[in-house]
Amino acid sequence: MFVPGFLKAFQGEQAGLSNGKVLVVVQLSGGNDGLNTVVPYRNDIYYRSRPKIAISCNEVLKATDDLGFHPALKGIHRLFADGKVCVVNGVGYPNPDRSHFRSMDIWQTGSDAGHRLDTGWVGRVLDSLERGDAQRNDFALELDDSLSLALKGESVNGLAVRDADRFYRAAGGNYFKQLAAHADEHNDDLPNYLYKTLRDATTSAEYLYSRSKLYTPANAYPDTDLGKKFKTISSLINAQSETRVYYVSHGGFDTHANQADRQQKQLAILDDAVTAFFDDLKSNGRDKDVMLMGFSEFGRRVEENAGGGTDHGTANSVFLISGGLAKPGFNNQVPRLDDLDEGDLRYAVDFKQVYATLLDNWLPCNSQDVLGKKYAKLDFI
Amino acid sequence: MENLQLNLLLYSRAGFGLSPTDYSEPKEFGQALASLFPKAAPADLELIDRQDWMDNSPKALKAMGDDETRKQKKKEFDKRTGDLNLLWVEAMTRSSFPLLEKTALFWHGHFATHINNPYFDQLMLNIFRKKGMGNFKDLLLAVSKSPAMLQYLNNKQNKKMHPNENFAREVMELFTLGRGNYTEVDVKEAARAFTGWSFDDEGNFVFKYKQHDDGSKTFLGRTGNFNGDDIINILCEKKETADWITRKIYRYFVSDVETDNGVVRHLAGRFYDSGLDISALLKDLFSSRAFSSDKIAGSKVKSPIDLLIGYGKVVPLSFGNPQAIIRLQKILGQYLFNPPNVAGWAGGKNWINSASLVARMRLPQALYGSGTLDFELKESGDDAGGKIHMIDKTFKLGKVEADWSAYLAYWMSQPRERLPELMAQYLFTFPIAPSRIADAQQFADKSSPEAWIKSLTLRFMELPEYQLC
Repeated sequence: MFVPGFLKAFQGEQAGLSNGKVLVVVQLSGGNDGLNTVVPYRNDIYYRSRPKIAISCNEVLKATDDLGFHPALKGIHRLFADGKVCVVNGVGYPNPDRSHFRSMDIWQTGSDAGHRLDTGWVGRVLDSLERGDAQRNDFALELDDSLSLALKGESVNGLAVRDADRFYRAAGGNYFKQLAAHADEHNDDLPNYLYKTLRDATTSAEYLYSRSKLYTPANAYPDTDLGKKFKTISSLINAQSETRVYYVSHGGFDTHANQADRQQKQLAILDDAVTAFFDDLKSNGRDKDVMLMGFSEFGRRVEENAGGGTDHGTANSVFLISGGLAKPGFNNQVPRLDDLDEGDLRYAVDFKQVYATLLDNWLPCNSQDVLGKKYAKLDFI
Repeated sequence: MENLQLNLLLYSRAGFGLSPTDYSEPKEFGQALASLFPKAAPADLELIDRQDWMDNSPKALKAMGDDETRKQKKKEFDKRTGDLNLLWVEAMTRSSFPLLEKTALFWHGHFATHINNPYFDQLMLNIFRKKGMGNFKDLLLAVSKSPAMLQYLNNKQNKKMHPNENFAREVMELFTLGRGNYTEVDVKEAARAFTGWSFDDEGNFVFKYKQHDDGSKTFLGRTGNFNGDDIINILCEKKETADWITRKIYRYFVSDVETDNGVVRHLAGRFYDSGLDISALLKDLFSSRAFSSDKIAGSKVKSPIDLLIGYGKVVPLSFGNPQAIIRLQKILGQYLFNPPNVAGWAGGKNWINSASLVARMRLPQALYGSGTLDFELKESGDDAGGKIHMIDKTFKLGKVEADWSAYLAYWMSQPRERLPELMAQYLFTFPIAPSRIADAQQFADKSSPEAWIKSLTLRFMELPEYQLC
């Protein structure tokens, strides 16, 4: 039987990949409101701009003398106190685009606003790996039914699996398995590609399915979609899988109206899942090896709108969570609220600086190869 | 290549496939080819008339006092892009000139716009359908002056004092010359020439003299007081444009795998000499010796639209809930009027990854059997109205009716012992391995002749090879 890359587990050092470090990217889709996530609770302009939806000074989970977290982020607040959270504020890029679609592409490809790339930043990591065999796609796994641009490379794609049981049912029937066994019989480019892709799908389906059945986490995970995804990730990390990048999306942040309730709900789902994940990792002694990066395609307008919501904005806070941070805490202040660009925050840190730091210092691989350019790194690792 | 197979190949590329009836009565190749070219321009696909648009245009909406009503009305109007999508799918399925729709689909990817305005999309679609098989320069001019393109590539904001280079760059990089055949100075100069190109409330092209920079420009080595029309003329005079378009058309209609450079150069030369006559290029392409070579069959990955419409050619489908067709486009990654970016759909191998392949292989059973597909769509984030779309974990296709009558009648009349082999010859444009035919037979339902034919068909449709044509 073909052994999936997953299963080969640690076979010693392989081209610098197996440093045991794992990156989990959490994409908050829809544009999470950064100012109500990391709250400048002593800022008058913040309260003046948001008479209806500002997080009051009493509710905010205080982290420093002037910054605190949304009340739904109880667990992350605790992790922050334990020195496992670094928040980079005002992350964005020059000439920000306020379209979900375009801005998400910019974040996922790691391009500038004026350029268009057809490959994702994680996909280009896959392209850059030299491992001597064609099975490199297990390096990156998206917990989803379809594959994001972020994980598409020029010659290699990451895998996409949302739910091990469902994927096993979908890809694991006897007929598909029998077909997948023909993977090495094709000389022509396209049939070869199709059969290899099928083999990857069926073998990873089986592997994920068996792993998710075997693993019993140290603590309970919330019974949400996101909770299940984090549980799957944890089971794979604890099974010493070769996957180094996991990609997860969590949506519902496009809060043009009734923001208070909706953001509360989505952030609580996030907080519960992330907290369960890190508690689980800690009890297995792995939380130093795992870095979570949470981002959104943009933040939202400083001023609230008439519907108790906020419209599309620009710069936002990026969360880094790990037991292995060199420098936890706030990397920098939130951008000034008295110096806006057409009602929006000015960015202070290019998101590609965050990527470059993760690529060079965590994974590790060469950020210049992946991003096409050198970026000044941050010191959280 | 045998006539039967050559017809099959032609209709898989110049159309969306062949019904068993049309397959069993193959035309002589020249006749089949000729019949693909319409003698007259097609009727417009019209969902929204001018008055309808004027009642829903930004100007009309602005006149409505209340914010909520305005938002609601705009949302309802924008949703009709989906209706236009379905209208076009219907045309692709039923047209007696599938090549016209297939060529229009090529241009939709080439001149990609994504604007969420069903009226402007409709205007653009009809340009593709009316001019897509005509002269390339006429097509390029009509596209460049259409409100969808002017809006998508920001030429409305391209003004003398503040040039916007978006359109000027893409018209060279993507629409005509291809990268490497112009400089950044050419982009800047062309942007100046296109200043003042805009559209009015009705969607008509207007030239705003006051915003136009009428100074001298130097573009691709020529100097003059060029306007936008001049730039388009100059671009169409360049051999690189004929090369670029021919190369793209070759990849779309002939092969994802290898581009025969000799053939492409020859075709491009003739295309250039014809004054960029697209129909002449297509005729040349399909009648070239390269097209009928054994290397061509199976050298293309079916696009999601090819795949979806192709099923219906084999065994006709009718959807109780037509919205399911749109959901399927999203699942498979080709959502009409919503291309991923200005470069359109990348195509070829890019259609396939582990997730999309599994979805494609599950599709026949979902369409012709269970009616459900385990698949969750990503949140698109384009929901400006403030509601979260809750997506069912299991996507129900709704009622899908399959009309097996003609298909069954045809295969029941064929010799039973040769049926798997003959059916494979019909369902694939290229020979598949005998062991694959055996695999399909092994997993087919042998309880009755009818069940056997149906299930064998589905097993064939589930093969990775079925993704190719």
